[in-house]
Amino acid sequence: MSKPEAIKEPSMEMQKAMIARNYDAITSKQETGRKVSSTFVPGNLNELLMCFDIVNNLPEINAIQAGMRKASGGYIMEAEKSGHSEDVCTYVKADIGQMSKGNIAPNGKPYPNPDVLMLSYTGCYTFMKWFELLREEYKCPTLMLHVPYEGDGHSTKNMRDYIVKQLKEVVIPGLEQVSGVKFDIDRLRQYLRNSAKAEDNLVWCLEQGKVKPSPIDAYFGGVYYIGPIFTAFRGTEDAVTYYEMLRKEVQGRIENHQGPLTPEGTYFNDQKYRLIVEGPPNWTNFREFWKMFYDEGAIVVASSYTKVGGLYDQGFRHDPDNPLESLADYCLGCYTNLNLPTRVDLLAKYVEEYEADGLLINSIKSCNSFSAGQLMIMKEVERRTGRPGAFIETDLVDPRYFSAANVKNRLESYFQMIEQKRRGGGSKTVAA
Amino acid sequence: MSGKNRTVADIMAVCQEMFEDLNFTYARKWKDAKPGRKVVGFLPVYSPIEMIHAAGCLPLGIFGGGDQMEVIHGDAYYQSYICRIPRSTIELGVTNRLDFVDGMIFPFVCDVIRNLSGIWKLMFPNVWSKFFDTPQNYDKSIGGTYYVQELKELKEGLEAMTGRKISDADIQRSIGLYNENRRLIREVYAFRAKQPWLAPTSEVYVLMRAGLMMDVEEHNQMLKDYMAAAAKEDRPKRDNVRISIYGSFCEQPPLNLIKSIEMAGCYVVDDDYSLNNRFLMVDVPTSGDPLEALATTYIENSVETSCKYVPDGKVKGQFHVDAVKACGAEGVIYATPSFCDPALLDRPMVCNKLSEAGIPYIAFKYAENSGQMQPIREQAGTFADSIKLWS
Repeated sequence: MSKPEAIKEPSMEMQKAMIARNYDAITSKQETGRKVSSTFVPGNLNELLMCFDIVNNLPEINAIQAGMRKASGGYIMEAEKSGHSEDVCTYVKADIGQMSKGNIAPNGKPYPNPDVLMLSYTGCYTFMKWFELLREEYKCPTLMLHVPYEGDGHSTKNMRDYIVKQLKEVVIPGLEQVSGVKFDIDRLRQYLRNSAKAEDNLVWCLEQGKVKPSPIDAYFGGVYYIGPIFTAFRGTEDAVTYYEMLRKEVQGRIENHQGPLTPEGTYFNDQKYRLIVEGPPNWTNFREFWKMFYDEGAIVVASSYTKVGGLYDQGFRHDPDNPLESLADYCLGCYTNLNLPTRVDLLAKYVEEYEADGLLINSIKSCNSFSAGQLMIMKEVERRTGRPGAFIETDLVDPRYFSAANVKNRLESYFQMIEQKRRGGGSKTVAA
Repeated sequence: MSGKNRTVADIMAVCQEMFEDLNFTYARKWKDAKPGRKVVGFLPVYSPIEMIHAAGCLPLGIFGGGDQMEVIHGDAYYQSYICRIPRSTIELGVTNRLDFVDGMIFPFVCDVIRNLSGIWKLMFPNVWSKFFDTPQNYDKSIGGTYYVQELKELKEGLEAMTGRKISDADIQRSIGLYNENRRLIREVYAFRAKQPWLAPTSEVYVLMRAGLMMDVEEHNQMLKDYMAAAAKEDRPKRDNVRISIYGSFCEQPPLNLIKSIEMAGCYVVDDDYSLNNRFLMVDVPTSGDPLEALATTYIENSVETSCKYVPDGKVKGQFHVDAVKACGAEGVIYATPSFCDPALLDRPMVCNKLSEAGIPYIAFKYAENSGQMQPIREQAGTFADSIKLWS
């Protein structure tokens, strides 16, 4: 029996239409003559690409789409057969495996070869190798933007100057050459103005996780909320409209004391456990994974994954008055570009500010940028907040690493532990 | 003891002892010998250790725990799918084996070592530690400018830690000593490539590892002594094949793995083990601004390895092909630590380039504590036989 269609809110429908239009723009490249770039979510320079009329294609998002359509497992095995290690990132292997299977986009049409690989290298080592691998396939120009890691817990003037210089001397001239469009900084300013407007509304929505009952789910719902800003729409009028719409929906739920809409079409009002979640979700079993939470009454009130494309809730906004510097600051501040002590500070702050019962870590096999050090993060956040932590392990898009029974058992144990803690019992960790 | 009377066995005894000593007795003694001395640890793959030396500190290479240390605490910090070097490094820390170390540098290698720098800050807040991010832009006016400033910040960090200023002359003097070290290392590598039966890699490897834990002047003398002594050794030339080993630049294999490859009929004539001491391929200028000199040499004359971006896709992997040809290797063993993102993501690209150049290769994975060598010996032996028969 096929799974029933997920029930969607108007903002989700709008986003779906935006994504479909973008895929159509990508796959109709030959007819329209538009240039296509491939790039990444963290450090995404969408406004800049728009200045050159370049369509933004994001291989991470394509891998997620493949994961949700249950196609990624085959792609990954295809890549492994051709010599890619079982140990490395499954986004990369899903992307490479997909090429050998016809490279078909979600709209059923083949992805065209990109005209440029915009290697915005922010917060993830694998990005660098991923595009070195794609470069061998596509033989197109690759523009590297190296974003230094905030190892000491803050950015420096040197880091910012370095990024701005790369933008001025490598990225912008490279995009001009690929597109044949002259760079217009006022055009960039206008897009950044739109970005800031959308960012204001995104932050407002994310912060409503503090309300009880929470009108949002900041993890499973959160991946929809961040969609436009993290992908091909930041800076567009569509994104501004989307976030206005999203805000109205969240406002409506607050007024009606409603929780978020689940895929089954019911409002999740009976919220027993409030969680902070660290790490990306699993995509191959996304709805099943989500259901494990709302079936048990667990709502995610804040998450780190919704910060992977920018920490807007900590005050950052794209700034039309300082366009290139603002892009540099944005890249530097993406979540996985922050050092571990900063991540611990942020998560502990979320636990307190969102009055959460504790921190749950979904540790992703593929993603060392997120995962290396998460056990330390959990210990530290537990120590600082006195609230219990838990640890589950899945993968991004490799179905072989999603064990539903294990995940469910650990979640149930965790919720029991929270109950125990509420009754005055001790705190301990659900270990992986 | 140094000089012409030193035998290979004498030198190897010193190196082997240092290599196996996870209490770092040499470094502890060095520190205790004079009041105020400090020791700064550094992880693979590349740190400008001239800067540590110029600060009056002993640079101490930290390469995890090898196969001699049981990891008990370190495993509690890492999931099963993460390589071993960070967990054994944490083990060294929590078991107080590094309690005399005053500072730690975590250079850019990958996300695991990067995040280890943050764990270190959380676990050892009183130890000065630095994540050192080298540029991935190799334009002197862009990446070079950034790197000079990063070196200035490293210098300021070391000055704050030691309480003493580092002058340009201090850095230039250290550069001079490390230039000599690199020259001698290149000579040892050339000597081994020419007569690998006289300088087996199981020796050269511990000679290099020890060098990253001792005073550079002492190591310079040791390198000279080793070449002199090895040339006098009466060691038969065997019917071995000449191979290069790549992919082993961070977590190091157990010494037994190297010995197993040699016993399987391979002379290792090039490698990327403990690469820090060969990362810069030419002398760094000792005149002018020393930070600019270090930066420019890094930008223009450093090795190609997996933790670096290769701007020109057409030459990706060519460095390895050229290195194979330069040392006269007949094949490559691409040996990588399990779960090593840099080496494993690079593997298809580097190995394809080798194939295009007609260079045979095999690939396998290891961990620093791998204990079962029979499969390695069989693979390496089969590879050696196939080269002899069909290449």
